Amino acid sequence: MSTGDAFLVLSAFLASGVEFVEALTIVLAAGLARGWRSALAGLGAATVVLAVIVAALGPALTKIPIDALRLVVGALLLVFGLQWLRKAILRASGYKALHDEDAIFARELAEAEGAAHVERAGVDWYGFTLAFKGVLLEGLEVVFIVLTFGSAQGSIPLAAAGAAAALVLVAGVGVAVRAPLARVPENATKFAVGVMLTTFGIFWSVEGAGADWPGGDAALLGVLGFVVLFSFLFVRLLRRERRTQLRTAEAQA
Amino acid sequence: MNWLRRFGRFWWDFVIGDDWLVAACVAIAIGATAALAAADIAAWWVLPLAVPLVLWLSLRRAIRSA
Repeated sequence: MSTGDAFLVLSAFLASGVEFVEALTIVLAAGLARGWRSALAGLGAATVVLAVIVAALGPALTKIPIDALRLVVGALLLVFGLQWLRKAILRASGYKALHDEDAIFARELAEAEGAAHVERAGVDWYGFTLAFKGVLLEGLEVVFIVLTFGSAQGSIPLAAAGAAAALVLVAGVGVAVRAPLARVPENATKFAVGVMLTTFGIFWSVEGAGADWPGGDAALLGVLGFVVLFSFLFVRLLRRERRTQLRTAEAQA
Repeated sequence: MNWLRRFGRFWWDFVIGDDWLVAACVAIAIGATAALAAADIAAWWVLPLAVPLVLWLSLRRAIRSA
């Protein structure tokens, strides 16, 4: 397995894992508050929609010339990765609240328990739509990552294998504990995913635009190191600035 | 029309996200890379230079608007 392939599997595993943890929280809240029948029906319906999207887009992507594909995929991944990285840096430096799966679960549960009961086709409509929307939205990100990473690296099955491993792990632990996976280091994982998406985005955008990397594929490691370096530098700078702001506010109070 | 607007809004939020400036700067940087590459000038350095600058700008914007 090449360095690129190993990164591909790892990136798909981490990115999908984070999304699956979030989807699990929503399905658990829907199931516990509104009944498992409606939550599982929503989960099943969203899975079917996602499977149709993969079946339609997957083969189509493999027909696009690799340079054009890498340009489009690289640009999308770069924009997507910078969104993740921006949020992760703001969280790590204290400017944005950390992602708290327990708090999100409590909020979803309270909202689901308070909603009116409307039954359609034998299922509770609120529970169904809550699970359906949650799984579809989180799943779309997984589909996007698996298809774009996989097609640009030339192996959708490898990316799918990384995502499938994450699904088995998250679903297995979720069924075993029947509680949100609050102990998953989600903030650190999101930081890592942001770094990887940005790295692949830079690498493929440059290749897709017709430029060559010095050192060929080995440059991917250099890009990764560079992205890690400036990301940590930004966290450090912003953390220091945040501490100074808090100290000044305390002194003035 | 309302459905179409919501559909467009969803994809805008999904792809572009909170800061459109990032997407705009990335598009400009990729365009500059392609233009330099087409003129047979080494262009691999454009994105590694642009990305940290864009990210820093976007972070400052997020902090200012918080």
